[in-house]
Amino acid sequence: MADRAVTLAAAGLAAAVFLLLLAPLGALGLTFQGFAFSAPELAALRFTLLQATLSAALSVALAVPVARALARRRFMGRSALISILGAPFILPVIVAVLGLLAVFGRAGWFNDALGLLGLPSFSVYGLQGVVLAHVFFNMPLAVRMILHGWQAIPAERFRLAASLGFTPRASLRHIEAPMLREVLPGAGLVILVICLTSFAVALTLGGGPKATTIELAIYQALRFDFDLPTAARLALLQFALCAAAFVVASRVSLPSGFGAGQGRDGGPPSPNGWRKVVDTFAIVLAALFLALPLLAVVLNGLPGLVDLPETVWAAAGRSLAIALASTAISLAAATVLALAAAQGRGWVALAATLPLAASSLVLGTGLFLILQPYFKPASLALPVTMTINAALSLPFAFRILAPEARTLYADYQRLGASLGMGGWAWLRWVVLPRLARVLGFSAGLVAALSMGDLGVIALFAGEGEATLPLLVQRLMGAYRMETAASAALLLVLLSFALFWVFDYGGRRYAGT
Amino acid sequence: MHGMIHPDFLPSFLERPMLKRLFLLPLLATPALADTPVLTVYASTSFASEWGPGPAIETAFEKVCGCDLQYRTTDLIPSLMLEGKNTDADVVIGISTDETLRARETGLFGPHNQDLASLSLPVEWTDTVFLPFNYGDTAFIYDNTKLTNPPRNFEELASLPEDVKIVIQDPRSSGAGLALVLWVKSVYGDKAEEYWRRLAPHILTVTKGWSEAYGLFTAGEADLVMSYITSPAYHMIVENDYTKVAAVFDEGHYFTAEVVGQIAGTDQPELAQSFMNFVLSETFQEMIPRVNFGFPVKLDSSLMPPEFAKLNLPPKSLFYSEAEGAALRDAAVAEWQRGLSQ
Repeated sequence: MADRAVTLAAAGLAAAVFLLLLAPLGALGLTFQGFAFSAPELAALRFTLLQATLSAALSVALAVPVARALARRRFMGRSALISILGAPFILPVIVAVLGLLAVFGRAGWFNDALGLLGLPSFSVYGLQGVVLAHVFFNMPLAVRMILHGWQAIPAERFRLAASLGFTPRASLRHIEAPMLREVLPGAGLVILVICLTSFAVALTLGGGPKATTIELAIYQALRFDFDLPTAARLALLQFALCAAAFVVASRVSLPSGFGAGQGRDGGPPSPNGWRKVVDTFAIVLAALFLALPLLAVVLNGLPGLVDLPETVWAAAGRSLAIALASTAISLAAATVLALAAAQGRGWVALAATLPLAASSLVLGTGLFLILQPYFKPASLALPVTMTINAALSLPFAFRILAPEARTLYADYQRLGASLGMGGWAWLRWVVLPRLARVLGFSAGLVAALSMGDLGVIALFAGEGEATLPLLVQRLMGAYRMETAASAALLLVLLSFALFWVFDYGGRRYAGT
Repeated sequence: MHGMIHPDFLPSFLERPMLKRLFLLPLLATPALADTPVLTVYASTSFASEWGPGPAIETAFEKVCGCDLQYRTTDLIPSLMLEGKNTDADVVIGISTDETLRARETGLFGPHNQDLASLSLPVEWTDTVFLPFNYGDTAFIYDNTKLTNPPRNFEELASLPEDVKIVIQDPRSSGAGLALVLWVKSVYGDKAEEYWRRLAPHILTVTKGWSEAYGLFTAGEADLVMSYITSPAYHMIVENDYTKVAAVFDEGHYFTAEVVGQIAGTDQPELAQSFMNFVLSETFQEMIPRVNFGFPVKLDSSLMPPEFAKLNLPPKSLFYSEAEGAALRDAAVAEWQRGLSQ
């Protein structure tokens, strides 16, 4: 087996990730002198932690019943619903916010319904709005991650439990709870860190300057004060928060170790009675919560879709090419890191999580300062975008792959060793088929994310030929809100198509 | 986006490269093209975008200059500060009036060599380095079919019924947001914080940039949006919509403009200078109201689109010089923050 090769490659990758994230801080002149935070920065820190913790806790808590219902029920449209779960996460922020406002805003459907019932109206602006938006973005991601956990429990375990006469409660305690202990901390960690770096969502729905995050303080330091060391210091604070969350999550998380099954997913049994009602309720509510804002996005964008200017299509092509390249890089790296983490290398997981906390502004500025003396910035635009997109989406791919890679190692390592399988045979016959489902899902997610916007590298930019997300912004900036809505819909459709192709491909490959 | 309308920086952060350039690179290096001198213009995204005046101006200028004008859309001030003397720029266009001080402090810019007496601006402009090409005052825009009693000054704005909501931009991330803070400061002085506290109940939310705020307004979430006095021109000219109107305040409105400057150490001094001359030409200035939806700085009124005659105009313009603005900025933003955080 190729354990050593995997570990070496992973060490190289992890070092590259640390270098990519931390070198820019040095380039900005990070100093540790006078390492104190101002009162507004502390207020921003408090709000950032509060909203991120609430958002992560709520996303994960709501995701559990939905994932369980999806794991144990079979119904028409189930597969489509699981696919749609990828959609909110890949929406451009402002588009998603407008979709949410069409439902929950002052003039939204929800308030219309409340008005019809004679109830007082609900204001979405404030902490509640920030958390609502973050749950909309991230709860589906959590559902998918937890659902993978459920599906990774060998069907034999449930059958064994049934033959032993386990009640649903006992089954929860002995089979499902250990899985949740393994999966939930990782899912919560990812969401917490995503929300830590939130900026536009927090501002737009936060209702005022009370809703200030650290990311805004970084933006301010870079853009208004051109105070590079302060930006670097705040970026380091974001990394520190991420690392702290990481340590907490790894303490809480326990490997479940179910042992190998026949590799089929039967899923947990589907009890009847009130549990069926609860499951139905969870699925319907979650579907409505996710589908209505998406429906609003579609309704806003549909009328102008046929009249989109030609440049939009060219931009779409560029975005697709970048997304595919980033996906290839990110997935290759994530697979190596996940296999290394499965061998019990803890530092790997940290390296693969830290990019979540990266401030793309700081990253862009720092890389610019590092590379500028040696290269023409405009000539680096393409490789830098792909690298940054790949690095920033690495945590998602890793988090999705890691638990299954761990199971894989625990279950098949001895088998592989006893057969004397070499690296490629092991990869071809054991790793790929077992990881196909999660590889497909993570490739879809990474591709969709890279279609959307991750690499914000304004300083490297060239002659103005834009990608699709940038075009959406430009259209909005030029008053063309309706055309922007249509271009955004196109972006969503393309992202979703990419996501679906990979996700479906993975599930199909795993199923055969 | 339109610089006048949108001097925010955020969309340029989203700038991405393109595959096409990679493929075209070998073609561009052919000897025939290498003989044509290149004028590199760093432009704000709003200016160079397909929906801004950039493309038309490029075509018009290339007809007369015998050169190849290439835009580099970038985050202007950070790019210049980071590149310093190594910058590729020959000309920089689309800097907003709240950024001129920092642009000046880079020490990269040379004189524009234009006759400022020929400009028609509502404020006195004596800057020999930065040349305005487009201006407009800040204003709150509303829909006159929904708001029938528009406020006529800041006091009326604050005493609107509780359910009339305003959306504004964050002065820490948006040029429009900063202009609003300075506008309030110029009207209220020491009482600015107290005014923000009174306005707070009306503020629906604060957005990162102009486009998010304007999007909330057109989506019907807010009744008034902080924007520019020329914003209704877009709706009239492009959408034939006459319902979006600027509320005119008797205290006066805050002046904002976009400027252009040439790099002193440029390797194309003649081309750069002829571009600076071109900025005040009729060809260039005619595009400003039609594509940028802002006021041109030098254009005969007979050449203005008729819709501009229908715009509500401010009784007077308020303006802090860049030095005054910079001196007030931090305190004024802090007052805004305290006033709205109560």
